[in-house]
Amino acid sequence: MSISVLADKCTGCKICILYCPFGAIKVESKFAVIDLDKCNLCGACPPACKFDAIAIEQKERKVTNKEQYKGVWVFAEQKHGVIDTVSYELLGEGRKLAEMLQEELCAVFIGYNIKEKANQLIFHGADKVYVADNELLNDFQDSAYAKVIFNMVQLYKPSILLGGATTIGRSLLPKLAVMLPTGLTADCTGLDIDIEKRLLMQTRPAFGGNIMATIICPDYRPQMSTVRPRVMKKLPEDTSRKGKIIVVDVPLTKRDIMTKVIEFVKDTTTHVNLHDADIIVSGGRGLKGPENFRLIQDLADVLGGAVGSSRAAVDAGWIPYSHQVGQTGKTVAPKIYFACGISGAIQHQVGMRTSDVVIAINKDSHAPIFQIATYGIVGDLFQVVPALTKKFKEILK
Amino acid sequence: MNVIVCIKQVPETTEVKINPQTNTLIREGVASIINPFDMYAIEEGIRLKEKHGGKVTVITMGPPQADSALRQALSMGADEAILISDRAFAGSDTLATSYTLSCAINKLKDFDLIICGKQASDGDTAQVGPGIAQQLNIPFIAFVKKIEEISVEKKYIKVEKMLDEGYETREMSLPALITVVKEINEPRLESLRGKLKAKSAQIPVWKAADMETDAQWLGMNGSPTQVIKIFTPPKRQSGQIFEGDANDVVEKLVNKLKENKIL
Repeated sequence: MSISVLADKCTGCKICILYCPFGAIKVESKFAVIDLDKCNLCGACPPACKFDAIAIEQKERKVTNKEQYKGVWVFAEQKHGVIDTVSYELLGEGRKLAEMLQEELCAVFIGYNIKEKANQLIFHGADKVYVADNELLNDFQDSAYAKVIFNMVQLYKPSILLGGATTIGRSLLPKLAVMLPTGLTADCTGLDIDIEKRLLMQTRPAFGGNIMATIICPDYRPQMSTVRPRVMKKLPEDTSRKGKIIVVDVPLTKRDIMTKVIEFVKDTTTHVNLHDADIIVSGGRGLKGPENFRLIQDLADVLGGAVGSSRAAVDAGWIPYSHQVGQTGKTVAPKIYFACGISGAIQHQVGMRTSDVVIAINKDSHAPIFQIATYGIVGDLFQVVPALTKKFKEILK
Repeated sequence: MNVIVCIKQVPETTEVKINPQTNTLIREGVASIINPFDMYAIEEGIRLKEKHGGKVTVITMGPPQADSALRQALSMGADEAILISDRAFAGSDTLATSYTLSCAINKLKDFDLIICGKQASDGDTAQVGPGIAQQLNIPFIAFVKKIEEISVEKKYIKVEKMLDEGYETREMSLPALITVVKEINEPRLESLRGKLKAKSAQIPVWKAADMETDAQWLGMNGSPTQVIKIFTPPKRQSGQIFEGDANDVVEKLVNKLKENKIL
């Protein structure tokens, strides 16, 4: 493995410097020089160079026999017997990919007493559903779930495997990727197929959403991604769709259960969870105190939305951490995001700026949130928010 | 109780800015910090040591300058630090990173618990922690917000794991790995005594040859994923601003939302 600058091609144009996320390139006497202590061989500069002057060479490596791997798979998540919305979104996106590749779309459905619900996945786009139904799979278990999928992948050899970038998907799939082993791209917001190479192009934000990266997994199969919830579109339910339901063997014993669930505690401070919400109403320091989250909750209730918050409000102890949106909290992308009394520091922005519509309410007209707001209201939230609640109550009646 | 904490040095994300003329990253003068989530991991390790005895070893894989992140961890109260650094590791994706860190942990051998931050703020993958656990074939629980009970004698840990819709208590046997979220604690500041100690500390550097490693799983060669393109996301345009009487502006906003079929 090595990176080099080709003397006959480099013009010293400096474009590569701008693309290096590690500050590893300098131009000296009209020639790019790479500081190998800083370079991470991340691959960002070769495609950025207009003169093909930067080359990364790598040794030949062990690869999977790609020809044997066919089909797009979706890990269909369920909790307590209820299929998660993200599973339908993945099927919608998976359908698109499967059609581009002209391969079949399959769902992997794991749990206990869930078999009857498998046809829901067919109604939302799956050609086949592989069901693993066993008492030992009642609670989500990284170890047991990973073993079940691992065995299925060995047997049926899918080319692509997608999961939701949820607390389940982001725990299960990294484990599975190491077991197989294969590549896994986290929290993708865009998927596409390079038809010529039959490769999955996985696009995701990095550096807190400041840049986007497109990632491929050329030599290993399956190509795996976790996909951010609420980004992909689900297909309308079609109860006339036909497909196959295949019940697979579950060769598990109690020894495969490496962690044990003792108790599940539902978050009762909110009616809708942030990841599932189409509308989020967030409050920040401008609320001045915990009791005023009532105003936020009222607006959220009228709109059927969830309550979010800035870090400042969580740090002040006004609302639990599970509501925090931003770099050290949750990343959300609802259809409408209300920011009430939130100044909109970059740490907050990285958690919500992919929302479709941002509505900001702040009395400081210079607050950074207004720079990214689709609509901004400069005013006192104690008057504006109740007025919004009242208005929406009228029109949504 | 012997705790290993895995950390990463990252650029301060909030300072990574875009040059509006060229639409590319500005890296100049961007400070390097310990990944914010790893601060909670370090703090939790130190708290466990203070309560149960033993030691905290902090490890990181990165370039030579990651040494400063380890010294910061030492000045907070960690006992030992190891820098895993070699050109052979460059280009590692999450699979190769988790493999390399697990090789270092295998060399350290004696541990009860490994703690990682839930994810790094530069890559945001959250994949390395679970990956290490699988490489070592030990149980793990991701997104832990509280350690309720831990006992080395009983080889047992019980934690609260954060979920999208609440939390659950889970238990597993030790040795094990957890990844932690912000809610778990409030990281302490470095003490003056700690800073002095950290300044003179010897931090060993482990290269690939210092550990039992298989070259085919290291660095770029051991990384199934490749970045083929980096670009700046489409910029969010700031939109329309309304000012004035609350009822008037609400009226205007709602009309806009209707007009644009957002409602």
